Amino acid sequence: MPPIPLNYKKYVLVFILTAAVFGLAFILSNYINTKKIDTLKLSGDTISIDILSLETQFALLQESPCKTVQNSTLSDELNSLGERLSYAENQRGFSTAEVLTLKKYYSILEIKDYLLNQKLRKTCGFRPTTILYFYSTKEECVDCTRQGYVLTKIREDNPDIRVYSFDYDLDVSAVQTMITLHKIPASLPVLVINDKVYDGFKSIEEMQAIVPELKASSTSATSTNATSSKATTTKK
Amino acid sequence: MADILVYILYTALFCGLYFQIFLLLTFFEGKDPQVAENDKGHIKGDDAFPSVTVVVPCFNEAKTLRGTIMSLLALDYPKNKLSVMIVDDGSKDETLSIAKSLAKQFPQQVKTIAKENGGKHTAVNLAIAECTTELIGCLDADSFVEPSTLRKMIPYFNDQKTMAVTPAMRVHKPENLLQLMQKAEYNLGIFTKRIFGMLDAIHVTPGPFSIFRRSVFDKIGVFKKAHNTEDMEIAFRIQSHGYRIANCHTAHVYTVTPDTVKKLHRQRTRWIYGFINNTIDYKHILFNKKYGNMGMLTIPCSVISIVFTFYMIGYFLFRVGANTADNIERWMTVGINFHMPTFDLFFFNTEILTFLGIVIFALTAFIVLLGKKLAEDSAVPSRDIVYFFIFYPFVAPFWLGKAVYNTVFAKNTPWR
Repeated sequence: MPPIPLNYKKYVLVFILTAAVFGLAFILSNYINTKKIDTLKLSGDTISIDILSLETQFALLQESPCKTVQNSTLSDELNSLGERLSYAENQRGFSTAEVLTLKKYYSILEIKDYLLNQKLRKTCGFRPTTILYFYSTKEECVDCTRQGYVLTKIREDNPDIRVYSFDYDLDVSAVQTMITLHKIPASLPVLVINDKVYDGFKSIEEMQAIVPELKASSTSATSTNATSSKATTTKK
Repeated sequence: MADILVYILYTALFCGLYFQIFLLLTFFEGKDPQVAENDKGHIKGDDAFPSVTVVVPCFNEAKTLRGTIMSLLALDYPKNKLSVMIVDDGSKDETLSIAKSLAKQFPQQVKTIAKENGGKHTAVNLAIAECTTELIGCLDADSFVEPSTLRKMIPYFNDQKTMAVTPAMRVHKPENLLQLMQKAEYNLGIFTKRIFGMLDAIHVTPGPFSIFRRSVFDKIGVFKKAHNTEDMEIAFRIQSHGYRIANCHTAHVYTVTPDTVKKLHRQRTRWIYGFINNTIDYKHILFNKKYGNMGMLTIPCSVISIVFTFYMIGYFLFRVGANTADNIERWMTVGINFHMPTFDLFFFNTEILTFLGIVIFALTAFIVLLGKKLAEDSAVPSRDIVYFFIFYPFVAPFWLGKAVYNTVFAKNTPWR
């Protein structure tokens, strides 16, 4: 017999205390992540209202909307939302269902912003380079990841460029309509640059050949937010 | 697959947290009255002092032997009750001549025995055979005691079931970063030994000044080679026979610690190798309630910690490797870009693992400070603690890995 008999109550008490610490960690993590999701929802709602407002302004002003809407910072806000969403998507602890819903919402906002910019192109003659990027999360797509890096770099060097990224497999009818409209093949990644479709990985040099006005900065970091466009362009 | 890996990690963290909470709860439960009385170190009259022989086994310890012996002779203990026995285990340096000169200088108290080299256990066993005192202490020849150390330890033998008493080990004059790191580690050890003592779960009676009841060697036998960790095996044996090993955290012993990474690696590999192999030899103790907290808590937790340490290292390397591969791919695709980091609370990692990691780190820091408080009577954070947290996680896995490798492939794990 051991000189000190086992204190079973203590073993159970310590188990309960340990489980309580785990429980608290779970509750705290869950609480903060829920708050983060709430901020994403709020951010999405704000962008949605802004888009609606711009569309309304556009409709109201009819002949002279260009001056009013040309200073829109919606693309930056969308990128910021995309960045956070991508982080939440890759991070353990966030509700998968909620993140997926937000991702769908985000994709629709991207389409609305894209359409608004198309309208501006026609009406006001704005010619920002617009890139639609289709990637996949369903299967391992190494080139999608690499393409994401390239687009991130291009956005850093060319802040005016508009990059809209879409998960090819996302079950959103608007995204599927975009795929149908632009005849996007299944061999991802696929880029649509100024309405022309390019399938397969495109390096920075190849993209510069397609869009000559793209700046060719190779080492300077023009953006202080390294991951901003990565979030919207890389696959999960 | 990724989920399974994370659940294993949760299990590891649960075990670690459970162990920490158990130690802290035991600490704050308060001392049992017997231990409190022993801590006061009261001994009534010289006649009440038991006779003690302190055995100093040495092999090539010329540099420190004299200091070690002088610290023993300075013990606050009746001279007629204290003797020192130096056993030279075939040293090739000046150890024997120093030992002989000490015996000549202090003939009443110091005796020297010389023998062929046979290992530390043979040296101590030879001394045990020669001793007739009630208590026998061991002191490595690179360690030094405070004058009050022995006096503080003696009252613990009032309990007839107590067969050994261990002291609080501290680092002797830490100078470089490595020794300072060990200082914090030893202070942590003072805390855990204190708690293990309260739980009757001490599994090592360290070479620096553990005191044994002479009769225990008659009852359970003398020291064995035991994978070059004879001080661990004898503790396992004492515990497995149902006897007690107490710890006196106020009795300080100072030991010279390795000053190079190579020496430290070799020493720790031997310790861990000894722990693994002694645990294998005494595997019947594991999860056996017959052996109390040692069987149900401390040894299983130590074994689990070795296994999970490897797992966590693997998990960490996997994550680092994956990130590195991503970065390399990024660099190869778009070149190297440098960006000023931005601070955004949104990107602060808030998964459960982060909070559990913070809790475990905070509790570890708290325990280290409690150890410092016990050892130095001050809980003010110092640079040794900083070194411990920064460097220990990077060096410990190497000797852990080597010890496991040596065990699996039956490699020799030498003393030095």
